[in-house]
Amino acid sequence: MFDRYMIVENTLRNVTRDGRAVGFEFGARIAYYRGLGLSMVEGLEVTVDGEKVPADRLRFGVGGRTFTLAEMENEFDARWEFGDVATVTVLRDGGLPPGEHRIELIEHLRVSYMPFPLQGRDAKTVAAR
Amino acid sequence: MSTQSGIKQGVSLYSFQEEYFLRKLSLEDCIRTAASVGATGIESIAEQMMPGFPKLSDAFYEQWQGWMQTYGTTPTAHDAMLDTKKYKGRLLTDDECMVEFERDLKHAARLGCKVVRVLCMVSPEIMIKAVPIAEKYDVKMGIEVHAPYYFDHPWIMRHLEAAARLGTKHYGLVPDMGIFTKRLPRVARDRMLRQGATPKILDFVSESYEAGVLSEYTIFEARKMGGNALDVAWAEQCRHSVYTNPKRLTEFMPYIFHIHAKFYEMLDDGTEYSIPYDKIIPALKAGNYQGYLSSEYEGNRHIQDAFPVDSVEQVRRQHAMFRRLLAA
Repeated sequence: MFDRYMIVENTLRNVTRDGRAVGFEFGARIAYYRGLGLSMVEGLEVTVDGEKVPADRLRFGVGGRTFTLAEMENEFDARWEFGDVATVTVLRDGGLPPGEHRIELIEHLRVSYMPFPLQGRDAKTVAAR
Repeated sequence: MSTQSGIKQGVSLYSFQEEYFLRKLSLEDCIRTAASVGATGIESIAEQMMPGFPKLSDAFYEQWQGWMQTYGTTPTAHDAMLDTKKYKGRLLTDDECMVEFERDLKHAARLGCKVVRVLCMVSPEIMIKAVPIAEKYDVKMGIEVHAPYYFDHPWIMRHLEAAARLGTKHYGLVPDMGIFTKRLPRVARDRMLRQGATPKILDFVSESYEAGVLSEYTIFEARKMGGNALDVAWAEQCRHSVYTNPKRLTEFMPYIFHIHAKFYEMLDDGTEYSIPYDKIIPALKAGNYQGYLSSEYEGNRHIQDAFPVDSVEQVRRQHAMFRRLLAA
């Protein structure tokens, strides 16, 4: 429904710790027409320049808290609100080289009235800052 | 706006989801905008536009009542979602569902709504259990009759039988006018075309649907014509779409608490492309309907890839149509 707005433009940037890039992050919005508790985010898939990121290298930040995908499964308090920009972090030594990158994001959302998880998909070519 | 017929005009804020999502309209802007097109009833989805739900503060509810006074509007319905899939690998138990019902009915009562919209997948057994809670808060629960369901569908008939058996005033229906989809939305057809569907097959499917051809024949023919995945998906849309006789509204009137005035595309001539409101409104008048027509614009998802979305203009046009048909 809101697939085309999932990856937020102008948000891709490297994450540095002690002056060293340890990964990169970008802003992401929910593909559904309302917000969901994090336990109902069945899964997130990120592909960068054609390479799929292993699930254990992903972090999801919302409302000032950061979660692994496994932690999200048992999170019944924090919510990904409708239209709010969450931060998807990919842990990767060295981060991303400057320039344009192809980012793909798939969201699998468990919605009560649908027989299968709702799937949102977006892909954008964005520049790393 | 009240008319001689007693049918009132409302807006579900669902209609403004595109603008809210992109932070072009705030919750207050949505309410103000609804009032500006002539609506007096406000329907809301807490999990869409009330961040933090179900933990909303007293200050929020006070602000909500303040907005209702400022804009001269009345809360009509809260759309409950009942997240039965909250836990991975299992559904909520009946007792857990009752906790959710209590939460939603209480929220609706605090907003000042008389109706809670319940999703159509909720079973009659669960509804029967929830009736005492609805009575406690004096909020009516309406099962949404949404395509591909329709009034005479066995699932809906079971709900009606259960409601009649209990004889309660708090268990009924919220029909979505999408059950009167006479023509498949043109905006959806055009989106399929942009994505790579075949014009000839899209048109064949749309014409077959309008002619009332059984979905299975249409899907089979679309495949036989060499349709690609998108063409077949469009043909399968016939299975999820419903056209039933609007006169059925009159017959089921005792159970109708609220109406979702679904629409996809208001045309320049002031009519809706898919749904014949010129047949619906006379049927509501014939049944002496006294509730709200609550706008539910759903065209944004079909045009957002290629065109600017103007939900406000679409809702404005629908309300102009309501005024014309209600006065007729």
